[in-house]
Amino acid sequence: MTSVSVRDLSLSFGAVTVLDKLNLDIDHGEFLVLLGSSGCGKSTLLNCVAGLLDVTDGQIFIHDRNVTWEEPKDRGIGMVFQSYALYPQMSVEKNLSFGLKVAKVPQPEIDKRVSRAAEILQIQPLLKRKPSELSGGQRQRVAIGRALVRDVDVFLFDEPLSNLDAKLRSELRVEIKRLHQSLKNTMIYVTHDQIEALTLADRIAVMKSGVIQQLADPMTIYNAPENLFVAGFIGSPSMNFFRGEVETREGRSFVRVGAVAFDVTAYPARGRLHPGQKVVLGLRPEHVKVDEAGTGEVHEATVDIEEPMGADNLLWLKLAGQSMSVRIAGQRRYPPGSTVRLSFDMGVASIFDAATENRL
Amino acid sequence: MDNIAKNSTALSIDAAGARLKDGPRGARPKRTLSRRNIIVYGTLIVVSLYYLLPLYVMIVTSLKGMPEIRVGNIFAPPLEVTFEPWVKAWAEACTGLNCDGLSRGFWNSVRITVPSVIISIAVASVNGYALANWRFKGADLFFTILIVGAFIPYQVMIYPIVIVLREMGVYGTLTGLVIVHTIFGMPILTLLFRNYFAGLPEELFKAARVDGAGFWTIYLKIMLPMSLPIFVVAMILQVTGIWNDFLFGVVFTRPEYYPMTVQLNNIVNSVQGVKEYNVNMAATILTGLVPLTVYFVSGRLFVRGIAAGAVKG
Repeated sequence: MTSVSVRDLSLSFGAVTVLDKLNLDIDHGEFLVLLGSSGCGKSTLLNCVAGLLDVTDGQIFIHDRNVTWEEPKDRGIGMVFQSYALYPQMSVEKNLSFGLKVAKVPQPEIDKRVSRAAEILQIQPLLKRKPSELSGGQRQRVAIGRALVRDVDVFLFDEPLSNLDAKLRSELRVEIKRLHQSLKNTMIYVTHDQIEALTLADRIAVMKSGVIQQLADPMTIYNAPENLFVAGFIGSPSMNFFRGEVETREGRSFVRVGAVAFDVTAYPARGRLHPGQKVVLGLRPEHVKVDEAGTGEVHEATVDIEEPMGADNLLWLKLAGQSMSVRIAGQRRYPPGSTVRLSFDMGVASIFDAATENRL
Repeated sequence: MDNIAKNSTALSIDAAGARLKDGPRGARPKRTLSRRNIIVYGTLIVVSLYYLLPLYVMIVTSLKGMPEIRVGNIFAPPLEVTFEPWVKAWAEACTGLNCDGLSRGFWNSVRITVPSVIISIAVASVNGYALANWRFKGADLFFTILIVGAFIPYQVMIYPIVIVLREMGVYGTLTGLVIVHTIFGMPILTLLFRNYFAGLPEELFKAARVDGAGFWTIYLKIMLPMSLPIFVVAMILQVTGIWNDFLFGVVFTRPEYYPMTVQLNNIVNSVQGVKEYNVNMAATILTGLVPLTVYFVSGRLFVRGIAAGAVKG
């Protein structure tokens, strides 16, 4: 069952078109993440769904009801903002109950909902405090609570964790996931942080200049990016790209990059790789094997820089005349200048057409 | 035990000696009579004197009798303090046919200032809020017109306004003057409020809309409680501006409704009889007392509000 459905949505500010005929269907109870760098239109899309921006064209359905012209309060949504947006002069309790008071919900019902939300988010001791007396994490919890008391089926999150420090961010991330698992609401979550996207989402929509580049579950996005943009955007450090040409010899396919030829016979191509075709070969740093006895062919490379990160060790190497990164276990150390033997698992590689930048 | 303790103190003294030899340590000592201090404090003192000396002369003169003033030592403190001039200025000085002093003008000014300030601030704050947050169609045009209004000299508009007020039937009344003050306060106050509201986080406004609050609920419940500083600024601007106004007061009212400033002018500039400097000084101070009090009471909030309203535009 569809919970939120965006149909042919367009939005322009004067001459600037931010969204152009965008379509998106979100299932009931699904956690959908809109991921993209700033200015890609992800927050704009969320604001359109919330009703805070008037659309130029297209329709928005929430629970099969056309809400394109409805006020935000009548759409059955709750929203959480990046800057918390708590009313500074009201106590936490008043913040939570403000919307219900405006909607003239009877007082016993308000009390019931507020105490339930406070219990779920464990903010009962804070109810009498003002927002200025709360820490960042507590404030964001209250902001989530404000969406919670509205008793709606669709939650909208606009970069809710971006204002928090790294430790709190990972804590609250887990809490949001737990919340979704227990409430089973539809959640639309905007972020530029790929870790948040990969960990939270049922499906991720990667956006760029107002267009959804790929809409899929996190593992598909990570393993089989649809185009060069998605491949480069997801993963940290990002995927290594080698521009080259396809060759076929003795029934095997290769991608030749300068003096190096990568054997890509094992690559699960969608069509056929034509000899002479210009392609981009993408290899994730964590999919490269270093000094391991393996099956496929072996390439030699020199270590340029070593970045030990505790659990992992990141090596920057020179291969085929260009720099590439490789992630290995933290205990294995290679001083700069040492030579390593690399082998690749082409089953998890990506090959893109150099011209269209789409996956082959 | 004893030995060890002794040893350790000896050690620490040695260490302190070594550290002293290292050179400077900790906070740098500050000289009171540095060149910088002399310049800073010197300038401040000169400027303060420049402003305070006239005030001193006024207060001193207003406390002297006329014979003492004729002696001519304007800086000398009064030999015999008398409050006669103050009483006379407030209750007995003559302007035209009336001889009831400034008190009549004071109450007129109160009756002009209070409604003008309240109405202009109420309207301008709603204007500013609508312009900053609701972005209705034509908002930019409306705002531009208002701003242009701030740059047109008042004098140009006096005659047309006289006609408009006459047609409305309020020319020469306090109501007419209140309307004029409200209208002329609008451009600058709207700008002030718009900039302040535009500086408040937009997400707050969005959150309130998601919560279902409408135009007035958001204004009254969310925006107003957050805007005390800017309201104080607007109040100070308006109280002082309207209280000190002379031109509109003299043009748009009849003599029985003249505000305090106009009456002060009539007392000080009367050509007949002896010039009573002490009464004039007392009358002037009395007239300036209201804006002065407002500044002293709300100075801190004023500075905070001006900064808050000015930063973002």
